[in-house]
Amino acid sequence: MTDNTTPHASPPSADNRADTSPTAVDSGPHSLVSPAAGHEKAEHASRILEASRSFGITAEQYMLPAQQQIRMLDPDGSLVPEEQQGTGPGHEYPIPEDDVLLKAYTSLVAGRRINDQNYALVRQGRMAVYPSSHGQEACQVGAALCLGEGDWMFPTYRDSVAVISRGVDPLDVMVSFRGDWHCGYDPKAYRVGAMSTPLTTQLLHAVGVAHAAKLRGEDTVVLAMCGDGATSEGDFHEALNFAAVFEVPVVFFVQNNGYAISVPLSNQSAAPSLAHKAIGYGLAGEQVDGNDMVAVLATLRRAVHLARENSMPLLLEAVTYRMQAHTNADDETRYRDREEVEQWKRKDPLLRMQKLLTAKGLLDEAAETQIAAAAEEVAASLRQAMSAEPEEDPLEIFDHVYTEPTAQLSAQRSQLADELAGVDAEEGTR
Amino acid sequence: MSTATATEATTFASALNTAMSDAMEEDDSVVVFGEDVGTLGGVFRITDGLTTRFGENRCFDTPLAESGIAGTAVGMAINGMRPVIEMQFDAFAYPALEQVFSHIAKMANRTRGRVRLPIVIRIPYGGGVGGVEHHCDSSEAYYAHTAGLKVFTPATVADAYLMLREAIDTEDPVVFFEPKKLYWSKAGEDLSALRQQYESSADTAGAESPRVGPTGNAKVVREGTDVSIISYGPSVSTVLKAAEAAAEDGISAEVLDLRSVVPFDEEALVSTVEKTGRAVVVAEAQGFVSVASEITARIQERCFHSLASPVLRVTGFDIPYPAPKLEEHHLPSVDRILDALDELQWED
Repeated sequence: MTDNTTPHASPPSADNRADTSPTAVDSGPHSLVSPAAGHEKAEHASRILEASRSFGITAEQYMLPAQQQIRMLDPDGSLVPEEQQGTGPGHEYPIPEDDVLLKAYTSLVAGRRINDQNYALVRQGRMAVYPSSHGQEACQVGAALCLGEGDWMFPTYRDSVAVISRGVDPLDVMVSFRGDWHCGYDPKAYRVGAMSTPLTTQLLHAVGVAHAAKLRGEDTVVLAMCGDGATSEGDFHEALNFAAVFEVPVVFFVQNNGYAISVPLSNQSAAPSLAHKAIGYGLAGEQVDGNDMVAVLATLRRAVHLARENSMPLLLEAVTYRMQAHTNADDETRYRDREEVEQWKRKDPLLRMQKLLTAKGLLDEAAETQIAAAAEEVAASLRQAMSAEPEEDPLEIFDHVYTEPTAQLSAQRSQLADELAGVDAEEGTR
Repeated sequence: MSTATATEATTFASALNTAMSDAMEEDDSVVVFGEDVGTLGGVFRITDGLTTRFGENRCFDTPLAESGIAGTAVGMAINGMRPVIEMQFDAFAYPALEQVFSHIAKMANRTRGRVRLPIVIRIPYGGGVGGVEHHCDSSEAYYAHTAGLKVFTPATVADAYLMLREAIDTEDPVVFFEPKKLYWSKAGEDLSALRQQYESSADTAGAESPRVGPTGNAKVVREGTDVSIISYGPSVSTVLKAAEAAAEDGISAEVLDLRSVVPFDEEALVSTVEKTGRAVVVAEAQGFVSVASEITARIQERCFHSLASPVLRVTGFDIPYPAPKLEEHHLPSVDRILDALDELQWED
């Protein structure tokens, strides 16, 4: 049973915490198994109890984040001793295999290159806007690598690198930032939702996809992504609640990058951490160092595993930092000082991973060169594609609004076609 | 709810209920969910018996959160289901508007037709039932204004069945407005005959077909020669009473039931107005920037040279719904419609 002498096994001392003694584990905290709570609620609670029992801890200990942020890599790239990783009973995170780590590093390098290429393309006026995830690449890569082929991902507008790491063509991901009218890729082909701009609305889509899969008896896990600011939105609440009530395997992945455009986290939430929000809905929460590729992968992979095994949602908060402005249209100097940015630069996810892999003997100069060259190739093809004028048929804007056009849309389409033909004719006579 | 035969009267509510159970019977991917729709059968009992018959996986209660209902419907539809969701009342649907406007309406377009969302959003709407505040809104204009949504509103028991079946079968999202005041109205309809009519009408269109189809299918529900009264949903029955009364005064009114606001059957509108040369548009919703405004504008654009008189509107006043003690002063009444008919320039 629970070893209460281990610092991470017992919850923070607070008066209202449940008893963590083995007896409490056996009977369960009364609030969760009270017969008065109603038939379905009791059933739900027993699932959480079942999971927590298998780890020898209370339901509260299972749902509350571990005592400290999960971290496996020091800022200098060396492995944190196991007893200092923040893990404990029920919060154990095995370090991913070497080949997975190497794959993650390759994606990190490509992701960073794509971020910086896009940033440059906007400055050159070849892309309309780009919300960069520079500094958050560990979260981006982890989100893609933790999922199986049949799983789904629901990303936000800042998750391009995650979508690309999942296998979608970078050009297709970028077209909406160029100003095209559509999302670029086929969500069903990649099992990646169209990147969502209205904050947290996509979390509910994730819950619905998981619910449909569950009704059909499929074990699809859905990764629902959002940022720290988005946790203030109502749909965040509704999504966590629906997922918990319907017991569907959704992993809510919150990238806490410190700012919602200019507003810091302290203005968004007074919760001890965003991971603490989980327990209020009856799901487990965990907080991880979002700039630690090893820990991000380890926690995400286990969350996906638990979600699939137990058909239960989980919440993971990754603490990271948006190194660049919200978009190129933003002036970050108005709300944060350079010093803060410099501090985070020292926690760069790429450098930490590079040092680890080099020390492990998994990365030498030749491999580095090869990985960098592959990333450069992606950037070059993006550059080239974005420099070309997109070939688009303006008339297509009428074609997908309904399965078959209404009479009014047909008339408007003809009107635009006539106008376009007129332009062509005019140009032809010049 | 048992299937009624021709000999007993069928209610609007049982027609809707049977439409859902027939659709669920035919297609396993049809799921019904919302607030109180399971055990209780809905506050209006429209989903009565569906959970018992099809099980809790096919018809179930959700947490009390309309955005959650609409948002999870999006995900379900992405993943192969055909959700029929209930918003408990017109004004309770507003928390779901972001999901409806930003995703349900736009998903097909922003994915170039790769992801279509065959969702039906059922909304009990309108007044005339003594409902208290926040229970009687006519909110159709918000949805009709949003490209990508279809907006159906049946006015008869037969259409309640036929149009809900079609809404569930269509690949586009449909906002299905059910006039509350008609729920317990009855007609001598045989539900199995309606079922047969629906099933045999798949590839039909036009006057003889019940299908709304891609371009709308408004019906002339009373023939006349002097004036066209255009209406939809809860107002159609009031308009028919007014037309009856007008006939006693020697005015022959033709009544057009739009059935769907989107798609909008402009040709039927033009046809009746060109025939009669006069038009009155009747709807419960406030008149300012309304569906009635749009109908009036289209008549002006298309029928100007056929008109013997300005087009008039009889709508609710531009006020929050005055529930329930004063609602009779707000809703278009037979008298108010007759007054409008009187105002049309008859001395030509």
